[in-house]
Amino acid sequence: MNPLINMDTRATSTRFTSALGLATLIGLGWLAVFGLFLSPNDRVQKTGVRILYIHVPSAWLAYLAFVVTGLASAGYLWKRTRSLTLDRIAGASAEVGVLFMGITLVSGSLWGKISWGTYWTWDSRLTTTAFLFVTYIGYLAVRDLGGSHEQRARRSGVLALLALVEVPLVHFSVRWWRPLHQQESVAKGKLSDLMLFTLFVGLVSFTLLYVWLVMHRQRVAALDDMVDDGGLDRALADRRSEGMP
Amino acid sequence: MWAITRLLAGKDLRVEMRSRVIINQVVPFAALMMVMFAFALDSDTVLARVAPGLVWLAAMFSLLVIVQRSFALEAADGALDALRVAGANAGGIFLGKALALAAQLAVLEVILLGAALVLYNSHIVGSGIALLVGTYFTATAGLAFVGTLYGGLAVGAKGRETLLPLLMLPVVAPVLIGATRATEAALGTNGATATDGWPWVGLLTLFAVVFGVGGTLSFGSLIDE
Repeated sequence: MNPLINMDTRATSTRFTSALGLATLIGLGWLAVFGLFLSPNDRVQKTGVRILYIHVPSAWLAYLAFVVTGLASAGYLWKRTRSLTLDRIAGASAEVGVLFMGITLVSGSLWGKISWGTYWTWDSRLTTTAFLFVTYIGYLAVRDLGGSHEQRARRSGVLALLALVEVPLVHFSVRWWRPLHQQESVAKGKLSDLMLFTLFVGLVSFTLLYVWLVMHRQRVAALDDMVDDGGLDRALADRRSEGMP
Repeated sequence: MWAITRLLAGKDLRVEMRSRVIINQVVPFAALMMVMFAFALDSDTVLARVAPGLVWLAAMFSLLVIVQRSFALEAADGALDALRVAGANAGGIFLGKALALAAQLAVLEVILLGAALVLYNSHIVGSGIALLVGTYFTATAGLAFVGTLYGGLAVGAKGRETLLPLLMLPVVAPVLIGATRATEAALGTNGATATDGWPWVGLLTLFAVVFGVGGTLSFGSLIDE
């Protein structure tokens, strides 16, 4: 019997992802408690500094996601490790990355309004981030172009590698164009220990969230591909069974 | 590979010589843009100041149109697939398309720059001519490579007309920045001098080399079914 017929009863969660999901929830709960209540106000930015605990982890997650997309794409394009799973991981990771890059941009511009008095500056890091966002939206659009799974994987794989080339070029040209940028506050040691710890909780729980989301998304994509592959067989089976009593 | 490059570039230019789509449609479109910029900015001093950027912005929008045209030719009747089946080297196809694209774009840019000199009252500084020529060649090469690469990626796909700008514009942003800055230096805009412009030509060269090599190597995987 065609396994696709009963596919809707299959779930994408396993014991591992359930445990991971639970750990993520606990981590995010911790982050909420530490970020909103336990961590101190900043001397200058007052309570506005708490945006940090969302902004930095989501930026980290987005960059991590795009690096994973690049690696998985390279893995797909390299003949010895070629598998559609890698391509789906690349796609899943890019989707999650775009989402969190969006959160980064929104939280960053809100924070910018509080701390610099403006939503946007033409700083090289901000501009590169905005370009990354648009570039990966384009990448996702290319994944949706249609064609065979292999064609999708090859096209988007090349595109992901091109994006890795493009990003440094954009970054350095913007930096050269407007050479002002703000200092990194973590490196300068302006954060108190409790703030650093809260930030750490944020980074860990967002990383867990990332792994959980990508695993599920990859499995959903695999099911999507299976439906595509078996689409005709399934339609035929459905049609045949219609006539039966 | 080089034979394919020559043949394909010759073919594209011959198509243009006979159909005159670029001359009759894209050039007027580009000139129109230069006039519309003047309407939008509405000030002679502002126009003179931003003229270099407008030239390159108009060049980029025109590039989008030229790339669409260039690959619409290949998508019709599956010409690109036929080329590949015939055993044509993918790198050769890439370079041939890019060469023809660069030639068309080069003509267009001269017209755009001429329009800026006439309409926006810009002047070329004496020492800026070499810089301008350097910028012109490197920026055109970079734009043509990126245009061919992403044009090839979107060829034959549904909705490529709307997808191409989304994919291409972020990638050519460094060219816009670099070429604008170098041209500002060549035109002496905002008191820039010619020596300020050369580092930007370096960036444009790097850009062209990266996408030229990347495109030659990866074009096969992009266009094969």
